[in-house]
Amino acid sequence: MSRTLYDKLVDAHKVCDLPDGDMLIYVDFHIMNEYTSPQAFSGLDAKGLDVWRTEAHLAVVDHVNATRSNEPHDKASKLLIDNLESNCTKHDIAFYGLGDPRQGIEHVVVPEQGLVIPGMLIACGDSHTTTYGAYGALGFGIGTSEVEHVLATQTLRYKRMKTMRVLIDGETAPGVTAKDIIMKVVQVVGAGGANGFAVEFAGSAVRHLDMAGRMTVCNMAVELGARAALIAADEVTEAALQGHSHSGRFAFYGESWHSDPEAVFDNEVAIAGGDIEPLVTWGTSPDQSVPITAHVPVASDYVSPKAKAALARSLNYMGLTEGQSAQSIAIDTAFIGSCTNSRIEDLREAAKILEGRKVAVGVEAIVVPGSAMTRIKAEAEGLRAIFEAAGFEWRPEAGCSMCLAMNDDIAMDGERVASSTNRNFEGRQGRGARTHLMSPAMVAAASVAGHLADVRDFK
Amino acid sequence: MKDQQMKKMIKGIAAPLPLANVDTDVIMPKRFLITITREGLADGTFADLRFDNAGGPRPDFILNKAPWTQANILVVGDNFGCGSSREHAVWGMRQLGIDACIGTSFAGIFYDNARKNGLALPIVSPETRDLLLQAAGNGAEITIDLSGRTITAGDIRAPFEMDAATQTALIRGRDDTLDSLEHAGAIRDYEAGLKSQMRVSVIK
Repeated sequence: MSRTLYDKLVDAHKVCDLPDGDMLIYVDFHIMNEYTSPQAFSGLDAKGLDVWRTEAHLAVVDHVNATRSNEPHDKASKLLIDNLESNCTKHDIAFYGLGDPRQGIEHVVVPEQGLVIPGMLIACGDSHTTTYGAYGALGFGIGTSEVEHVLATQTLRYKRMKTMRVLIDGETAPGVTAKDIIMKVVQVVGAGGANGFAVEFAGSAVRHLDMAGRMTVCNMAVELGARAALIAADEVTEAALQGHSHSGRFAFYGESWHSDPEAVFDNEVAIAGGDIEPLVTWGTSPDQSVPITAHVPVASDYVSPKAKAALARSLNYMGLTEGQSAQSIAIDTAFIGSCTNSRIEDLREAAKILEGRKVAVGVEAIVVPGSAMTRIKAEAEGLRAIFEAAGFEWRPEAGCSMCLAMNDDIAMDGERVASSTNRNFEGRQGRGARTHLMSPAMVAAASVAGHLADVRDFK
Repeated sequence: MKDQQMKKMIKGIAAPLPLANVDTDVIMPKRFLITITREGLADGTFADLRFDNAGGPRPDFILNKAPWTQANILVVGDNFGCGSSREHAVWGMRQLGIDACIGTSFAGIFYDNARKNGLALPIVSPETRDLLLQAAGNGAEITIDLSGRTITAGDIRAPFEMDAATQTALIRGRDDTLDSLEHAGAIRDYEAGLKSQMRVSVIK
C-alpha cells in the first residue's frame, strides 16, 4: 500500500497501541535546553524515576545566555544554565554548555554535529524542532511534561496527524530565498491552517534548495500550525550527512525516506514558485505579510468585522497606517540570528548585501551566529570583517538572543526591528517591540536603507 | 481510588477572548520564564493584557472586569495557544484558575500541554463558538460535560470534539509518565529490534 513519508516515519517508530487510542512512539534522539527542561528533571526526581537511556539525549544552552560574552548576564539566567548542567551531570547526559566549542542554538548545533539522519525521530522542548524534517527525519516540539516522559520512557504518547502536501513548483526569481518561500506558505495556508497536520514540502522550488534553505522552510512550518514538516531525503541530503563528528555512527535504513508516488494526502496546497516575491511581515502574526513592493492592507481589503478589527489591532500595535507602503517603514534595529536564519549560508547572503555598504545612521545592527562553529567558520571566510565594516555588531557567543529576548537583548517599547527570525508576535522581542520578519539578506538591505527595502535594488 | 479523582463536569463563569492567534508569548511573556519551578506563574499569565507598563490593572481587559474576574472558563478565538512550546503558559493559566478554554482550533503543542495539566480544550464549530462568545459576554454560566462531550449555557446546548485519549486523561487526572511505564516491556521489545546503527549515542 502506498504511504506518505510521514506515515512511514510513524510506522517505523510505533512501539504499541494504547487502550485509549494513543500510541507510544519511540524517540531516537532527544534534545533539551535550559528553559523547558528543569521541571522535567524535577518531575523525574519527584516520581523517583531514572532516565531510560542516557546516551540518546543532548542538552544545549541557547535560550537565556548572553551573546556578548560566555558569562551569564544575571543570576536568574545563571541559575537555569547551572541547573541544566547539574541535571546532565547527575543523569550522565551529554551537555554542550557555554564555552564548549560545540555550543549554539540547538537546531543549528544538531545538524552541524551530524546528529540528524533521514528516518530518525527527534523530539525537543522547542516548537522549532520541525527543522529536522529538512533531512527526512520526523522532528517535533513538545512541552515540559513530555520532556519528562521522554526522559523516563524514551517514548511519547502520540496521535497520528493528518497529512498535507505543499507543492511549490517552478523556479523562484532572483532575490527570493527559502525564507520568502516559507513566509509565502504561511501567508497562503494561514497561521493555524495546518493545525493537526504533518506537512510535506515538495516540488522543484523545494528540491533546488540547499540544506540550510530546507531547514529554514521546515523550521517555520510550525508557524502555520504544522506539528511536523518534512522534505524527502535525496542526494543533497546524503551529501550533507558527511563530515561531521557523528557522521557514520548511525543510519536508519530499510525504508526509502520519501512518499510513495501514489501516496494520498489529506490536503494539497500548490504554490507557483515564480509568483513568490521577497516578503516582509507588517502585523503581529507570521501570516500577515506583503511583498516588499506592496502596501500594508486597508480595512476594505477585508469583509468580516472580525478581520477588520484584527487589522486595526495589529496596525495599532505596530504603529503603522493602513495602505502605507512597505518600503516607507523606517527601522531602529536590524537583527540577524535565530534557529531560522543564523547558519553560515544565511550570513553569506547577508554579507553579499553589506559588502562595501554602511548601516544607516541611527540603526543599531546586530548579528548573532547560530553556533560557535558557525562563528569560527564565518570569521575564517572574512564575513565578520564585512559585517563589522558595515557597522554591524558581531556577537562572539551563540544563542537565540533577540529572537525571543530571553537574554539581555531586549527591544524597547516601540522599537522597530527588521528581523531574520520566525515570530512577530506582540511582545516577542520585548514588551511593545515591533518586529518585521524577512530574510537575512532583506534585513541587511533594511539596515543599509534605514527602512524596509527591496533586496533586488542592492545589486 | 481513581474514581475519586474523576472530573466530569466543569462549570462556571466564562470570559470571552475573541482574538485570533493568541500565542504563548502573549499568554506567558518571556520575563516570567526564567524559573526552574512550575509555581508562581499566575501573575505572569496574560500579563501584558492584564497590566499596564506601571503594573496597574488595565480596566478594559475582560479578566479585570466583574463578573469575569471570577471566570474559570475562556471562550477563545481561532488557533489559540500558537507559537512557543512553553508549558509555562498552561501552568500559569491553571494557577490563574482557568479550567477550560472553548475554541475552534488549538495549536498542537499547547493542546498536548493542556491535557497534561488538566486544562480542558473542547473544540466547537465557529457558529457555536460565536454563540458562546455572546453568552459569555452576557455573564452566563457555562457547563462542560466532559463525559458526554456537551456544552450548555442557557438555551445553548452543543456537542464538542475531544479525542478519546485526552478525554480519558482529563477525567482520570492520569499521570502519563507513570501510566506509560506500565508498557516498559513493549518499549524493551521495540529496542531489542533496533539494529545497532539505529541506537543514537551522543558524543559527550
